[in-house]
Amino acid sequence: MWWRSASFILDRQQNDAALRPDTSSTVTPPPPTESSSAMGLPTDHNPNISAYYQTRAAHHAVVTSDWLAQAQAAAAVAHDPPQSTSTADPDKPFSVIDVFNNWRRQPDLAEAVAAIRALAAVIRSSQASTMMQLEIELKKASDSLKAWDTTSISLTAGCDLFMRYVTRTSALEYEDFNSAKSRLIERAEKFGEISYKSRKIIAMLSQEFIFDGCTILVHGFSRVVFEVLKLAAQNKKLFRVFCTEGRPDRTGLRLSNELAKLDVPVKLVIDSAVAYTMDEVDMVFVGADGVVESGGIINMMGTYQIALVANSMNKPVYVAAESYKFARLYPLDQKDLAPALRPIDFGVPIPSKVEVERSARDYTPPQYLTLLFTDLGVLTPSVVSDELIQLYL
Amino acid sequence: MDPSRRAPRSAIDPVPKFRQVGFFTPGAPPERSQSGPPDPTHSTPVSDVSQSANSLSPVMIPPPRHLSDNLVINARPTLASPLRADSLAGGGVSSFGDFFPAPMSPATPASSSYSSRMAAGEGSFFERHGGGGDKGNNAGKVASSFPRGGFDLTAMKKVSGIGGGGGSGVGVPASELTTVSVVNDSLAIHEKEKANRGGGSAVEAKDQSTGSKQQKPKTTKAERRALQESQRAAKAAAKAEGNKASGAATSVNAKPAKAAKPTPKVDNAAVAASEKKGGDCPPEKDRKKDVPQPRMQYDDKSRVEKAKRRAVVKQTEARNRVELFRHLPQYEHGSQLPDLESKFFHLDPVHPAVYKVGLQYLSGDICGANARCIAMFQAFQEAIKDYRVPPEKTLVRDLTAKIGSYVSFLNECRPISISMGNAIRFLKSRIAKLPLTLSESEAKVSLQSDIERFISEKIVLANKVIVKHAVTKIRDGDVLLTYGSSSAVEMILLHAHELGKQFRVVVVDSRPKLRGQLLLRRLLEKGLSCEYTHINAVSYIMHEVTRVFLGASSVLSNGTVYSRVGTACVAMVAHAFRVPVIVCCEAYKFHDRVQLDSICSNELGDPDIISNVRGREDVNYLDGWANVENLQLLNLIYDATPSDYVSMIVTDYGMVPPTSVPVIVREYGREQVWI
Repeated sequence: MWWRSASFILDRQQNDAALRPDTSSTVTPPPPTESSSAMGLPTDHNPNISAYYQTRAAHHAVVTSDWLAQAQAAAAVAHDPPQSTSTADPDKPFSVIDVFNNWRRQPDLAEAVAAIRALAAVIRSSQASTMMQLEIELKKASDSLKAWDTTSISLTAGCDLFMRYVTRTSALEYEDFNSAKSRLIERAEKFGEISYKSRKIIAMLSQEFIFDGCTILVHGFSRVVFEVLKLAAQNKKLFRVFCTEGRPDRTGLRLSNELAKLDVPVKLVIDSAVAYTMDEVDMVFVGADGVVESGGIINMMGTYQIALVANSMNKPVYVAAESYKFARLYPLDQKDLAPALRPIDFGVPIPSKVEVERSARDYTPPQYLTLLFTDLGVLTPSVVSDELIQLYL
Repeated sequence: MDPSRRAPRSAIDPVPKFRQVGFFTPGAPPERSQSGPPDPTHSTPVSDVSQSANSLSPVMIPPPRHLSDNLVINARPTLASPLRADSLAGGGVSSFGDFFPAPMSPATPASSSYSSRMAAGEGSFFERHGGGGDKGNNAGKVASSFPRGGFDLTAMKKVSGIGGGGGSGVGVPASELTTVSVVNDSLAIHEKEKANRGGGSAVEAKDQSTGSKQQKPKTTKAERRALQESQRAAKAAAKAEGNKASGAATSVNAKPAKAAKPTPKVDNAAVAASEKKGGDCPPEKDRKKDVPQPRMQYDDKSRVEKAKRRAVVKQTEARNRVELFRHLPQYEHGSQLPDLESKFFHLDPVHPAVYKVGLQYLSGDICGANARCIAMFQAFQEAIKDYRVPPEKTLVRDLTAKIGSYVSFLNECRPISISMGNAIRFLKSRIAKLPLTLSESEAKVSLQSDIERFISEKIVLANKVIVKHAVTKIRDGDVLLTYGSSSAVEMILLHAHELGKQFRVVVVDSRPKLRGQLLLRRLLEKGLSCEYTHINAVSYIMHEVTRVFLGASSVLSNGTVYSRVGTACVAMVAHAFRVPVIVCCEAYKFHDRVQLDSICSNELGDPDIISNVRGREDVNYLDGWANVENLQLLNLIYDATPSDYVSMIVTDYGMVPPTSVPVIVREYGREQVWI
């Protein structure tokens, strides 16, 4: 069972990363690889499993049995230098999904940013000759992206926001189509850039909330939260982190690993020990899959109960989320969400009569959240809706 | 970074009880700054207090008293002394009685219910201005107000003359505006105010009011006598004259009450008014334009009097007013309907279509915010169609005045709702924005189409959008609870049923209107499975409910939902059971006012309806008891649901949390005006 250990997976992923050219900082899409199963990112995904969580699993190197098989296949492929096929097939129709998948392969790139870049590519490669055509093309592309994975909130929200941001501009008043188009591209790229940088902005904004000697409880692996903690560690702040285990995909293990590398004191806590440790905790830091209109968040399963415990013990709950995760959703309760299912590995066979709750996320109502750190600033939950109204209406 | 950071951070409440939005900043609440001129607003209450400290006892919360007290007391042969002794001995009103003779105090509930005054904000103050500005705006009204002022004056003199005859011993010069007596003084101030509006100087009125303040203690006792005498006389006269002249009788009857009103309030307002007039006239005018008229405080006698004189609908004195709700228009309809109907053909100022709608409001045939608003606008459309600009007048001014008079007529029939106020504001702004180049017929056509558009976009279409949004929140197997009868909720339920969703509806209803039965009938006709219960059982039924859908008369800027009485109860029970409460409300009903309770602004219904059940002789225990003095019947129409109990507001701009109402008001309030 040695290959099931998280460190093995991590090491291997780093090897993979070292082998591949570093493309995360460039704007050009990585060369599309022939095999779509590389990195375990299937394009035709199992309808019973949320594609969003498959991507996450891949990015976060979580250890599940089905992922492992994919990872092994991926490792086999990744050792060959990826063939550059980007120049090939000029007659092949442009597919936004392909571009999106290429972008999505970068572990540091959020799905929404990948979508935003894919949509920008749509504008660039568009053959449209009128503004209307272009808009329709964009709309189609964003619809197909959204349909590709309906369970990902940030993907949908990112596409919607992109449409708003790009098409609602004075560019439409240009006389010349080409200049209007270049303006759109410029805007699209700017939006992609903003979205890409948002994590850094959030990390900067939230620094002053981390004070020396504090204890932070973190749930799951959120890249934003990790960025925040990393920056705090770099700033020589002295703090302690409690990581929940993050069953079933054990994302907490990954985070504790990463933090340990930064010499941050970390303590692993099983998910059911949250209330037990809460009295030592000064603040709770969580990420978000999506921020909904009420100001609440949709996040990895377990966030709600942590927020409840924290609230009852009067500990602040901070959410780090990029603004492209703001979605026009308004869940009234936990079941009022499109379910995102994922497999749960219990380690022992489960009798078929036993039902398993496979939902991957829950909804935390706004009254249990203290503040949201976003690239728009530090917001109270109620401001989310104000921002959304301004963004969308 | 350093541990000291901890302190400020702990100041951030980890669990904010109220989710604060940017607009709640203490500096300048927009509602305030918009609706009120900055300085006088703040100075008023302060000066009020100081003045009241001079003349009255500082604490002015009186024991519950009713208007009927007034009459009873006045009818007694023994006048001041016994009663005064009573009150002194009782101690309840002692502080009051020290300065003001007891019999006068019942006549002054307005100023004495000071706390409610404060709660009502600068209501009365604004109103005074509002009224003033209104007159300034409407040329027609200015003209009419002058002769009335004259009448007022003479009537008043007569009254005070009677008082003098009764042996008060106070010299009442019957000729001048400026006199020593309080009666004439308060009158004089009104006169002066009018003069002011006509362009008079502000300082004069101020002088007078301060003069009157000094003289007050001397004259009060005599004044009270005069008042009593006159009231008795008036009452006798009223009885003698009977029904036909009751209008006149009431006017005479109530006038002394007005006169007796202790002047500090009047003074104050007058002073403030004059200061304001002198100071910032242009901002005042600006303010007037985009702020709907402040509500009338019905415990402000002088204002009530003025309104009565203008009134088409004849008002009769309400009986036992409920203490906290005296400032509201009392329910006085009852027997007016036949009287009004008979006037139908010789009522010049009101267009028949508007008249009809007014009668329908009065009789309760049209109710529900949307229905009332649509009916009103359709009547206005009719009226505009038949409108001709009188010679030597401009359409913009004259039509605004005309609409204003219609509105005040409708307001007399039934107090206009917030949504109607918004709609009227829209219409008036459209009239004001009419280009001068337009011919009369063109202008009329454009206004009619504007009204048409308002109805279709802001009400009909908005409802469709609301239905579209709200239906997504209904799942198979849901049990939906609704209260009363809301048109939006009805449409949602029917649409969800059409979509084939499997759900059950619980209709909760309450006496006396039982509007839920109407809804129930319409739902049953469409084949929905329903359950019907009264609000008494709401806590029982709530545990099986999965969603609560409520309608609203208005949603205020702090997220407070202002709706049919009982809504707050249902919402609170639902909240306690963790059932999401969804409020469906069109955005045109949003209002930038903030209200914290159901007291400041509300509507009173017919108290008789709650005291007896029609057709149930066996339970009418209160037969003949409704007029007993120490019984106060309260039939509230609306209540305010705090935003904490509302999970979501479904509006034409989507589903928003109650905290986002001010954003919509801010972002789209303008657009609604400019449409």
